[in-house]
Amino acid sequence: MSVLVFADSAEGKFKKSAFEVVSYGKKVAEQLGSNLVALTINANNNEELYTYGAEKVIAVSNDSLATFNAKVYASVIKQVAEAQGSSVVILDSSIDTLYAAPILAVGLDAGYASNVVALPSATSPFTVKRKAFSNKGFSNTVISTEKKVIGVAKNSYGVFESPVDGSTETFEATIADSGVTSIKVERVTGKVTIADADIVVSAGRGLKGPENWGMVEELADVLGAATACSKPVSDLGWRPHGEHVGQTGKPVASNLYIAIGISGAIQHLAGINASKVKVVINTDPEAPFFKAADYGIVGDAFEVVPKLIEKLKAFKQA
Amino acid sequence: MKILVCISHVPDTTSKINFTENDTKFDTNGVQFVINPYDEFSLTRAMWFKEKQGANVTVVNVGNASTEPTLRKALAIGADDAIRVNMDATDGLSVAKQLAEVVKNGGYDLVLAGRESIDYNGGMVPGMLAALVDFNFVNGCVGMEIDGTSVTATREIDGGNETLSTALPLVIGGQKGIVEEKDLRIPNMRGIMMARKKPLNVVEPVATESATSIESFEKPAPKGAVKLVDADNVDELISLLHNEAKVI
Ligand SMILES: Cc1cc2nc3c(=O)[nH]c(=O)nc-3n(C[C@H](O)[C@H](O)[C@H](O)COP(=O)(O)OP(=O)(O)OC[C@H]3O[C@@H](n4cnc5c(N)ncnc54)[C@H](O)[C@@H]3O)c2cc1C
Repeated sequence: MSVLVFADSAEGKFKKSAFEVVSYGKKVAEQLGSNLVALTINANNNEELYTYGAEKVIAVSNDSLATFNAKVYASVIKQVAEAQGSSVVILDSSIDTLYAAPILAVGLDAGYASNVVALPSATSPFTVKRKAFSNKGFSNTVISTEKKVIGVAKNSYGVFESPVDGSTETFEATIADSGVTSIKVERVTGKVTIADADIVVSAGRGLKGPENWGMVEELADVLGAATACSKPVSDLGWRPHGEHVGQTGKPVASNLYIAIGISGAIQHLAGINASKVKVVINTDPEAPFFKAADYGIVGDAFEVVPKLIEKLKAFKQA
Repeated sequence: MKILVCISHVPDTTSKINFTENDTKFDTNGVQFVINPYDEFSLTRAMWFKEKQGANVTVVNVGNASTEPTLRKALAIGADDAIRVNMDATDGLSVAKQLAEVVKNGGYDLVLAGRESIDYNGGMVPGMLAALVDFNFVNGCVGMEIDGTSVTATREIDGGNETLSTALPLVIGGQKGIVEEKDLRIPNMRGIMMARKKPLNVVEPVATESATSIESFEKPAPKGAVKLVDADNVDELISLLHNEAKVI
């Protein structure tokens, strides 16, 4: 019996979420008195996972896995899980893994819990805490099947080192017929994406128009942050749709979320509740966002943000 | 083309979330239920296919009798008929198994669902359904065109989009972009009148076992009050974020 973690990578490099799921998997293996195996696909530095407790890494390298394909990836993870006799398979919650995990769960005949935010509170029955109601609640969910698939919510557990002497084995996976073929990938390059960002700088209709986003981008630049916006801003075409966060947009689970000129409507908050620290800058002291925020400035964005940029630059240099 | 649209019946986005019976049940008191917003985008896309390319559109929900007004609303928007699988929807896998049965019996070419439902946010059902019936699957779909049985679909990826080629039969997990929000439809009087006469078939579930069950619910811990910083003193904010919150 083993616990299998899929450690996701992009262009050979592990994502931060890979270290988080390995850290999480290490603890689950301890709880179950079992060993931890990490699966990597086309990753370069498999040894990096030893730092987080993966004593055994199963490395799959195959050119036909260069671009993500849900059915194919699910099939590769299944093959490794079966070869390793894994009773629990742990994944992160990226757009890609959320796409592959349900297929994997059916393939393994396993119960699947997504959006898990903490270690199992019990292993018999196997109970995990999940996000529900768009972050307005949690459900303690029992997985009753023999095999289990767990999707860990981003930034919910953290990254913890527990170095081990690990070893890496290669695995030849059979590539399934995919049925879905990638023909074009369009990505905004050179920019931090909302999904990867530790800090997100977001702005709303309070900024009055797209011409005023220069200062938002500059603030994001200083902080190494991704930029985001409220729904009306993307609806008005001031910013691309991919930046819209909230109930009907992207979820954000960053360490810091800075909301500038955003009222804090319930649908917006639903998408950002999972962020750890929230800062709001708004002229209206009654804006609902102040109730959800940790830190706030009642003030005009056009005065506060330039000052903040200037002071942050000085802070970063110091 | 025969299209099936999966409709989840969920609390309206502004609902206050409370639990009863020792935090084991969701409190439906005073809660307004709606078509899951992601499913609404997919339903609208189905109407587009029906009107522009010709299709028969069935909507389906796995749920008890309380979900029927939501199915009627989908009929009022323009679906041709509705199916309710008479079972409490408590677990993603068992719901997907019921839907798989409907798909197998109905001979559908295209199944449209939403990326996730906004109540349990599982994001499981469309992918599980696709796997169970062995259809192609595109999740997080933000655009699709069909030509005969070939399909071009676009999905959202981190920081961009990916265009995919695939074929019917197909399951889609849709979201905003598959149609734009301004194109969502509100049932009109005529639609509502017609919906009353359209068939809503109740079918009994096949035997399935749940893979998961909810033992209890919790609410997030109450948040402390916001710390306000003077607009003239952004240095203090920087110091709080650095020393207290430790995020910069
Ligand atoms: C079904 C449904 C789903 C939805 N999904 C989403 C979603 O996913 N995401 C989302 O964001 N919204 C969503 N909404 C919309 C949501 O209800 C709000 O309308 C929206 O979040 C408001 O955006 P806003 O705060 O940018 O704009 P506004 O409500 O116009 O607020 C602007 C804010 O800026 C402040 N302001 C003005 N000038 C300045 C200044 N100079 N400096 C500082 N502050 C200033 C104002 O005080 C105000 O608080 C949804 C709505 C529905 C019905």
